[in-house]
Amino acid sequence: MSKEAPERVVDDANVAMQNSAEFAQLRTKFRKFVFPLTALFLAWYFLYVLLSVFARDFMGTRVVGNVTWGLILGLLQFVSTFVITMVYARWADRVFDPEAEALARKMGEHQ
Amino acid sequence: MSALVTSVPSIAPAATTVGNPAINIGIFALFVVVTLAIVIRASRNNRSAAEYYAGGRAFTGRQNGIAIAGDYLSAASFLGIAGAIALNGYDGFLYSIGFLVAWLVALLLVAELLRNVGKYTMADVLSFRLRQRPVRIAAAISTLVVSFFYLLAQMAGAGGLVALLLGIDGAVGQRLVIAVVGVIMIFYVIYGGMKGTTWVQIIKAVLLIIGAGVMTVWVLGKFGLNLSSLLGDASTASQSAGGKDLLQPGLQYKNPIDFISLSMALVLGTAGLPHVLMRFYTVPTSREARRSVVWAIWLIGIFYLFTLVLGFGAADLVGAAEIKNAPGAVNSAAPLLAFKLGGEILLGIISAVAFATILAVVAGLTITASASLSHDIYNTVVKQGRATPEEEVKVARIAALVLGAIAIVGGIFALGQNIAFLVALAFAIAASANLPTILYSLFWKRFNTRGALWSIYGGLVSAITLIIFSPVVSGKAIDPVTKKSPSMLQGVDFHWFPLDNPGIISIPLGFLLGYIGTVTSKEYNAAKYAEMEVRSLTGHGAEAATHH
Repeated sequence: MSKEAPERVVDDANVAMQNSAEFAQLRTKFRKFVFPLTALFLAWYFLYVLLSVFARDFMGTRVVGNVTWGLILGLLQFVSTFVITMVYARWADRVFDPEAEALARKMGEHQ
Repeated sequence: MSALVTSVPSIAPAATTVGNPAINIGIFALFVVVTLAIVIRASRNNRSAAEYYAGGRAFTGRQNGIAIAGDYLSAASFLGIAGAIALNGYDGFLYSIGFLVAWLVALLLVAELLRNVGKYTMADVLSFRLRQRPVRIAAAISTLVVSFFYLLAQMAGAGGLVALLLGIDGAVGQRLVIAVVGVIMIFYVIYGGMKGTTWVQIIKAVLLIIGAGVMTVWVLGKFGLNLSSLLGDASTASQSAGGKDLLQPGLQYKNPIDFISLSMALVLGTAGLPHVLMRFYTVPTSREARRSVVWAIWLIGIFYLFTLVLGFGAADLVGAAEIKNAPGAVNSAAPLLAFKLGGEILLGIISAVAFATILAVVAGLTITASASLSHDIYNTVVKQGRATPEEEVKVARIAALVLGAIAIVGGIFALGQNIAFLVALAFAIAASANLPTILYSLFWKRFNTRGALWSIYGGLVSAITLIIFSPVVSGKAIDPVTKKSPSMLQGVDFHWFPLDNPGIISIPLGFLLGYIGTVTSKEYNAAKYAEMEVRSLTGHGAEAATHH
C-alpha cells in the first residue's frame, strides 16, 4: 500500500469500508464530538478577544486586589484549554480508539 | 556579585554589556557539547528516509510532546512574550493565550488524522487524493515561506541576545555569532536528522521550562507569593516612570480590528505550521500523536503562566526604560530580569537556555524545510517519485546546508526586529495558506486539486502582499524613546494596508478561494478518497515505526 504506487492500484476494500454502516457511524461519532467542541472553544476564545478590545473598561476593572477581569478571564482560557484537552483525550482513549481499531483489524483481515 | 556588576545604570546606554560574557559563553558551550554528544550517539543509523525525516517514528508520545514544546516555545515565546508583557502588560499576555488555545485545533482536528495519512511532510496529506505534482509544489512553497518567516524571527532573537550578552555590539561581531549559531545548527540537522534534532528539542525544553520556573518562583517570592501585589507594583512602577497602567487592555493594540486580526492568526496558525505538523510523524501511532499534543498543551500552558509572572516581574524590577534601551530592546526583558534576580550566573544560565532555544527551533525549521524540498520537490517533481531513499536523504542534507546558509544571511538582516511580531506573521501565513487546505482535505469529500491550489496560493499571496504594504514594513511613527520607527524599513512609507497582521483578510480569503476552486472543478478521485478517509480515522495502512 505504498503511496508511491501508481494511482490505479485501487484498494476496493477501502471503498467498501467507507460505504459501510459501521464506518459511517464511526465518522459521525467523531465529528459529533469534535466539531461542537471546536465551535465551543473558538466561540469562547473570540468572546474573550472581543471583550478585550471592545469592553476595555470592564476588562481593566480590578476584582480582587490588582487582579482584573481581563486577567481572570484570560486565566480561565488556560483552564478551559486544559479541561477540553483532558475531556477529549479521555473520550478518544476510551470510546473512539476501540471502535477505530476494530475497523482497522477488519480491514487487515480483508488483505 | 561584585560592585561592578550591580552598578548597571538604570537607563542603560546602548552599548552596555550585562553580566559576564565569559560565563555566558561557557554555559552555552557546555550545552552545545552535551547536545552534540547526544546527537552523535542517537544518530548512528540515519540511513533510511524514515530515520532521517521522522526519527524512525520511534519516539513515545511523551518524548514527542516535550519536543513539540521545545519546538513551539521559541525565542518568540520566551523573550518576545516576556518582553511584550513587560512593556505592554495585559496586551502582551494576549499573545500567549492565542498561542495556547491554538493547540486545541491541532489536538481535535489535525494531529491524529494527519499522522495516519501522511509519511514525512505536510504535502503528503494535502496531495494524497489530489494531483501530486501541482499540489506538492504548492505545499512545498508554502512550507518554505512559513518556515523562512519563522526562521527570521529566531535569528533576529539570536542577534539581539548576542548584542546584550556577549558585549558584541559591532555589526561584524554579531554577524559572526549568528554564523557560528547557524553552523552548529546545520551540523545538528545534517548529522542528526530528525532523531538528533528531537533530542536537542527535548533537552532544551526541559532546561527552558525549569529555568523559567525557577525565575517565576523567585519573582513571586519577592512579592510574598502574592500575584496581586506583583501586578500592583508593576503597574505603579510603570505609571511612575511616565508609562501607562499595565493592567489595562489596549496599550499595544490601539486598533481593535488589528488585534482581532492577530488573534485569528494566532489561534488558527499553529495547526498549519509545517514544522509542528512534521513532529507528528515521529511517533508510531495516532494514539501517541494524541498523547504528544496532550503533553505539549500542559507544558506550553504552564510555561506561558510563567511568562506572565516574568513579564510583570521585569516591568517592576527592571523597568520599561532600561528594557527599551538595552541592545536587544523588548527581547531583552527576560535576560535583564534574570540578571536582576540572580546576577551573572543566572543570567548566564538563562541566556544559554535562550540560545539553546534558538538553536533548537532553527534546527527544527531547517529539517522541515529541507524535507519538503527533498521529499516533495526533488523526489516527486524532479524524479517523478523514483528517487531512492538514499538519494532523498542526500538531497535533504544538501538542502539543509543551503537553507542554513540562507538562515544565517536572513538573520543578519532581521537584527533588531520584535520577534513575537515576526512569528505572528508566520502564523498568519500558515493560517491562510495551510490550514484551509488541511481541513478541507481531511473533512470535505468534494475537495479537489483546484481548490487546494487556489487556497494555498491565494492565502499565501494575499497574506504576503498585505504584510509588504502594512505598517510593519514601512511608515510607522518614530518612537520618542528609541528615536527609530518600529517599522522594518526606516525613512520610507509605502503602506496602504492599515493593519499589522493580515489574518482577518487573508484567512477567510484562503478558505473562500479553496471553496470556490473546489466547486468550479469536477475532479474527484473516489478510490483515493476512500483510502484516505478510512486510513485517517481507523489508522489502517498508516506508516509504521521502523524496527531495528
